[in-house]
Amino acid sequence: MLGYILRRVLQVIPVFFGATLLIYFMVFAMPGDPILALFGDRTPNPALLQQIRDQYHLNDPFIVQYFYYITGVFQGDFGVSFSGQPVSDVLARTFPVTLRLAVMAIAIEFVLAITIGTISGLRKGKFFDNASLVIALVFIAVPVFVLAFLAQYFLAVQLGWFRPTVGAENGWNDLWLPAIVLGLSLYATSMRLTRASVIDTLNQDWVRTAYSKGLPRRRVIPVHVMRNSLIPVITNTATNFGVLMVGATVTEGIFNVPGVGNTLYQAVVRGEGPTVVSFVTVFVIVYVLVNLFVDLLYGLLDPRIRYAK
Amino acid sequence: MPSDQLSATHFVAPVKNTEITVDAVRIDAKPSNLWRDAWRDIRSRPTFWVTAVVVFVIVLMAVWPTLFTQVPPNNNCLLANSNGGPTSGHPLGFTFQGCDIWSRLVWGARTSLMVGFLATLIGTVIGVVMGALAGFYGGWLDSVLSRLGDIFFAIPYILAAIVVMSVFSQNRTPLVLAFAIGGFAWASTARVIRAEVLRVRQADFVTASRAIGLSRFRTLLTHVMPNAMAPVIVVATLTLGAAISAEATLSFLGVGLGSSTMSWGLDISQAQSSLRVAPMALIYPSIALTVTVLAFIILGELLRDALDPKARARR
Repeated sequence: MLGYILRRVLQVIPVFFGATLLIYFMVFAMPGDPILALFGDRTPNPALLQQIRDQYHLNDPFIVQYFYYITGVFQGDFGVSFSGQPVSDVLARTFPVTLRLAVMAIAIEFVLAITIGTISGLRKGKFFDNASLVIALVFIAVPVFVLAFLAQYFLAVQLGWFRPTVGAENGWNDLWLPAIVLGLSLYATSMRLTRASVIDTLNQDWVRTAYSKGLPRRRVIPVHVMRNSLIPVITNTATNFGVLMVGATVTEGIFNVPGVGNTLYQAVVRGEGPTVVSFVTVFVIVYVLVNLFVDLLYGLLDPRIRYAK
Repeated sequence: MPSDQLSATHFVAPVKNTEITVDAVRIDAKPSNLWRDAWRDIRSRPTFWVTAVVVFVIVLMAVWPTLFTQVPPNNNCLLANSNGGPTSGHPLGFTFQGCDIWSRLVWGARTSLMVGFLATLIGTVIGVVMGALAGFYGGWLDSVLSRLGDIFFAIPYILAAIVVMSVFSQNRTPLVLAFAIGGFAWASTARVIRAEVLRVRQADFVTASRAIGLSRFRTLLTHVMPNAMAPVIVVATLTLGAAISAEATLSFLGVGLGSSTMSWGLDISQAQSSLRVAPMALIYPSIALTVTVLAFIILGELLRDALDPKARARR
């Protein structure tokens, strides 16, 4: 297991540096002079300009600038947002809300996907299966912002079950509507994976053995089939995490949830380039770490993965 | 022992001239291959024909919008018509700006399909080249290209496209937008192609091709790639759906094409402020967008089922 962990961590290092370097390069290519922009209409003193450039290492080659930047990231310095606040402060303030939303969304996703996926897999080719596959396709096709607006209009404005927007004061209960939208946007792939996995497991020898030794169906399905089918569904959460982050950005923006995603949403909508880049970098780092974590979990749950080359 | 004696003691059964047909082969039957089988399979499915008609209509709208509407989408907007209901000649009513919704839907198809096709083309070409080289040559090239793919895979492509479009805020053309989406969506295509090329590389005809003296690159081009095309088609169709969705999402966020273009994402974004009073201005483009994405995704899945003999056998 230790060897597996070491191997996976070593694999992540080039991905981490590569991805941050790639984003940093795009910022580097950004047109316009940020220091000149600081002075607005006035013409600055060239000596002063030079001094500020030196202070921010802007005269150094690209890779040196990246080095300064990434050292800052390791010390928790992700730069400054458009309004002048350190990004790390904004993150500290907004992260708990997003975490709450993500936990609720993933919980909704899992409950729906595992229940419906298992029933579908057990009744392969029947009406329930076909209907749930069609519905899943629709959920794959509908973009998350469309889903968010439809939910906002029909569930909140028309039916009045939820408040249309969340706002600054929010607890677990206020996040139901965005969490449902986010959960549904993740639901379809997980449901189809559960279904495929259940169908696959049903054909395994151990399931036949369990039936032949006389175990009742109510014991075979949950213990022998479902437990073995859920591993791919859990690992899919890591792949789905990219969808979750984009979805969180859009839903938090639409429902005005004061989370990390909403900060990115506002920055994108207002065209605040540097803030966008800082937050996307944070998202990418989180994505890489989540994938690493789930991979390690996968190795823990399924020994075959550990020993595979 | 004389031979006639032997034959007398031996019973020889009379020969019956009944014809037994063994392994009847129809010589005139057309030779079967993957594509012919797939076509026979897919044309018998009603879903395929429904999807094909939907795709045809959307493509026709994109190529020839004046066939569907005579009303110009952008000029001719009267604020007096703001959020107005359907009238004759304007079947879906008007937007907040007083523009004809049906006309904007029809003209929006062009933006969606153009950006979607370009992004898919860019993503698929990069993905196929990367995946094929990595899978066929193996060794250090595989290591380098696969790690490069991992890096691009680690950035969710919509987030990457947001960064690119924020950087290129001065020139937001369809081509830049397509590069922003396709330039980051190729990593998953590359993985699929690499796996397929690895599989095809094992085949005897590849060994044969090398044995008769074809260079490695020629073998890859003329023998491996044609046999690895099935997943390329499937992945490209599915990517097309995702790219159209991505274009709408970026336009919705205001980092797509400029506000003078017709885009479903932009229309949805502009209709959100009057969602309570005029929901249809938001719902119609939402339906158009969802139906388009859905059509390409269903088409992709049908192709995947049809082109995978194992999946066909399972049904």
